[in-house]
Amino acid sequence: MAILTKSYPIKARDYLKAGEISMGVHGLLKKIGFATELIRRVSICAYEAEMNVVMHGGDGVMTIEIGEDYVNITIKDSGPGIEDVSLAMKEGFSTASEEARQMGFGAGMGLPNIKKNSDSLDVISAKGKGTEVRIGFVA
Amino acid sequence: MKLSEIVHHLDLKIEPSPMGMDREVLGGYCGDLLSDVMANARKGYLWLTVQSHQNIVAVAVLKDLAAIILVNGRIPEEETIKKAEAEGIPLLVSARSAYEVAGILHGLGVGGEGN
Repeated sequence: MAILTKSYPIKARDYLKAGEISMGVHGLLKKIGFATELIRRVSICAYEAEMNVVMHGGDGVMTIEIGEDYVNITIKDSGPGIEDVSLAMKEGFSTASEEARQMGFGAGMGLPNIKKNSDSLDVISAKGKGTEVRIGFVA
Repeated sequence: MKLSEIVHHLDLKIEPSPMGMDREVLGGYCGDLLSDVMANARKGYLWLTVQSHQNIVAVAVLKDLAAIILVNGRIPEEETIKKAEAEGIPLLVSARSAYEVAGILHGLGVGGEGN
């Protein structure tokens, strides 16, 4: 059963404010007192998922659900959706804009980084239908 | 090696104000792609980059980095300085290139391995 559930709105194209939600999640987990390694893994995934919405997703919401022995993050956005999820999972593949790339985003490492640092990952998306990303961690 | 000693050896400019100078630096990582740094920099590392926008502070906080070194004399944006100060991330500037700074750091015994 969840001890705590919290939702954060994510604004598309706001590259400068981006990262603040992940910092909020990071601070929250630190305050609760989770192990450093779990905080590191969740922070990486939250950041990458947040940046994906900022870059591609239209506005969205990140919900974090914290249980005694798990952390789940769900990110839903109203963006254009992912046409080919398996291609998006490939390291180096990116459809980021030139603006995003110049700032150092869009390396094509977002979803691969999430996969590497989480215990479960589900990407539910279709063209024109937005994207839902569910990331699970065992604490 | 403490951050203050590295600042001294490399003659780094400190933005905004000195903080975290007593922290032990555990290594370093060079990168301008934020996801690459998220994946490979480690806790207590210095991060050498040319990116000067405020999002770099989020990366440094999330990875618990010892400091950000802006290379090639990059001037941090005003908002980046404010955010770094608020989050307690030392922001340092070097006129040297990332290659040179990394070389000097290696010479000082500050190594770095990816994950």
